[in-house]
Amino acid sequence: MIQVNSLISIRNLEKIYKMGDVEVPALCGINLDIEKGEFVAVMGASGSGKSTFMNILGCLDRPTRGTYRLEGQEVGSLSSNQWAYLRNHKIGFVFQGFNLLARTSALENVELPMMYNGLQSRERHRRALETLSWVGLGDRIDHMPNQLSGGQQQRVAVARALVNRPSLILADEPTGNLDSKTGAEIMELFQNLNRREGITLVLVTHEADIAEYANRQIHFRDGLITSDERSNEGKE
Amino acid sequence: MWLMTLRIALRALRRNKLRSFLTMLGIIIGVGAVIAMVAIGEGAKALVKAQIASLGTNVLVIVPGASMPGGVRTGFGGVRTLLDSDARAIAEEVPAVALASPSLRRTEQVVAANQNWATLIQGVSPEFPQIRGWQVEEGRFIIDGDLDNAAKVAVIGRTVADNLFGNEDPIDAVIRIRNIPFRIVGILEAKGQTGHGTDQDDTIMVPYTTMQKRIMRITWVQSIHVSVVSAERMKEAQDQITALLRQRHRIQADQDDDFTVRNLTDIAAASSGTTQVMAVLLGSIASISLLVGGIGIMNIMLVSVTERTREIGIRMAVGARSRDIMLQFIVEAVVMAALGGALGIVLGVGSSDMIHRFMEWPVLIRPDIIAFALLVSGGVGVFFGFYPAQKASRLDPIEALRYE
Ligand SMILES: Nc1ncnc2c1ncn2[C@@H]1O[C@H](COP(=O)(O)OP(=O)(O)OP(=O)(O)O)[C@@H](O)[C@H]1O
Ligand SMILES: [Mg+2]
Repeated sequence: MIQVNSLISIRNLEKIYKMGDVEVPALCGINLDIEKGEFVAVMGASGSGKSTFMNILGCLDRPTRGTYRLEGQEVGSLSSNQWAYLRNHKIGFVFQGFNLLARTSALENVELPMMYNGLQSRERHRRALETLSWVGLGDRIDHMPNQLSGGQQQRVAVARALVNRPSLILADEPTGNLDSKTGAEIMELFQNLNRREGITLVLVTHEADIAEYANRQIHFRDGLITSDERSNEGKE
Repeated sequence: MWLMTLRIALRALRRNKLRSFLTMLGIIIGVGAVIAMVAIGEGAKALVKAQIASLGTNVLVIVPGASMPGGVRTGFGGVRTLLDSDARAIAEEVPAVALASPSLRRTEQVVAANQNWATLIQGVSPEFPQIRGWQVEEGRFIIDGDLDNAAKVAVIGRTVADNLFGNEDPIDAVIRIRNIPFRIVGILEAKGQTGHGTDQDDTIMVPYTTMQKRIMRITWVQSIHVSVVSAERMKEAQDQITALLRQRHRIQADQDDDFTVRNLTDIAAASSGTTQVMAVLLGSIASISLLVGGIGIMNIMLVSVTERTREIGIRMAVGARSRDIMLQFIVEAVVMAALGGALGIVLGVGSSDMIHRFMEWPVLIRPDIIAFALLVSGGVGVFFGFYPAQKASRLDPIEALRYE
């Protein structure tokens, strides 16, 4: 049965990449429910399908088979414009490589998602400033990405993911390019988001101590979930 | 939203200033060349129009010699068939004709006090200014009384007045033509140049009888200028004059005319037909240069889409729809093309001005051509930007984000 309350509800999800005649199965039948307000860490060996899974969650890629419901809505049947709407309003994505627009100020990078939802430029500006301050970069708004440290760049990326007030934030190895101290700072940011703002978080990581910030750990192996543990506490 | 897209496009173009400029160059040169050439063509056309007006309206000129089918006349110069009595008969007997004046012309050296000037002497009747649209600025023109006794009076053009008398008043001064003293009775109003650059004011008019008897020593006239009462009756006048002259010259039914009736307006109109051909030529040059410019824009836009694949991926990941991406790249192409068009207009207007100033060619810049050029270059942007923009909008977000 589908759990009506779940933010995310996934059934028999499969993803098979076709490379010429060769079929590469990346996800082989995933079943998963994520409730509102959860903080989930996804772990697993390299090549186990974590990124593939995240991309499908983020409405960036379509599954080969199976169903994905977001807030009860079957996503697979939606048009690409509706997907763009979901990416804009419901989902924030944070990447390992930051993926900020080069030669574009921190402020404008954060304004980017609001350019596609018809907000007035003054309101865009105000919200981008507010969000940048929230991630601790109120004094770096005019810096270009190449004038910011890796940690600061990732904060800008978090602000960008956050600025449209999504219900779900997905982060694929957000600390992968950062040293452990900076990584910990980013993780505290995420934890605050989850605890204070009630935003649901799904985060991929290779590091056990990063995964400890979450209150649920899921392990992937060869495109399947091998373990799913809740540890209601979460690291402090 | 539109403003934002425009700003993004301008920024993207500014990032590759040289490249954007080189891409625009095709459009700049194309539009510039067309604007300049059209300006020259229009200038020439306006000049022809002015020339037609300066010929006088509804003017027919009768010259001796038969006309050949191609319009070539035979026996020009040696034919002595036209007489001043023909002119008088035409004026009196042809209902469609208002006025007629004989005309004789020859270039002579003119002496006034200590000045010397070679100019065109024209022997005409008092009706001539009315026929050809001349005005007397000062003094009077030739009168009937001057004709009767072949009076030694002259009416001089502006150029002659300036060259022989400078700031002095030429009225009542005496000039010598072939050593015959002439009293200046009037000055003609300045008329300017003809389309071929001939100064119409470099002339002296004398009674045609004086010209016949005292200067040229001939009894016939070289041509007869006729003004027709209205434009609609030109053909009628032409036919009636032909009939009258055939009768007066006793030409048998099987013989060719020994004169030709020419319509000056037709001749001027023929030369404006050449400008039409030129306009078609210009049009094709314009379309070719815009085509080449457009292909240049398309090429650069394709490069730009590839270069910015990652940017496109990021924009899609944060919620840009296909049409947002499409719009962004089309606007960029249109801005580039329209900017090229605008710079081309500046170039075209500037070079027309230079041509006007340094080569003294007549130019006429039509504002509707400028608006059209801008519109067309914008259209070129839409047309040639469409494919690259569509390519960008159809990128897969995941693929685009992974693009190195
Ligand atoms: N575009 C693609 N085309 C073909 N195969 C792909 C593609 N993307 C991923 N794969 C394959 O799918 C499998 C899962 O890849 P995925 O990127 O999801 O792994 P991952 O768990 O994120 O690994 P990592 O921890 O190294 O990021 C791998 O075997 C990979 O080779
Ligand atoms: Mg991965």
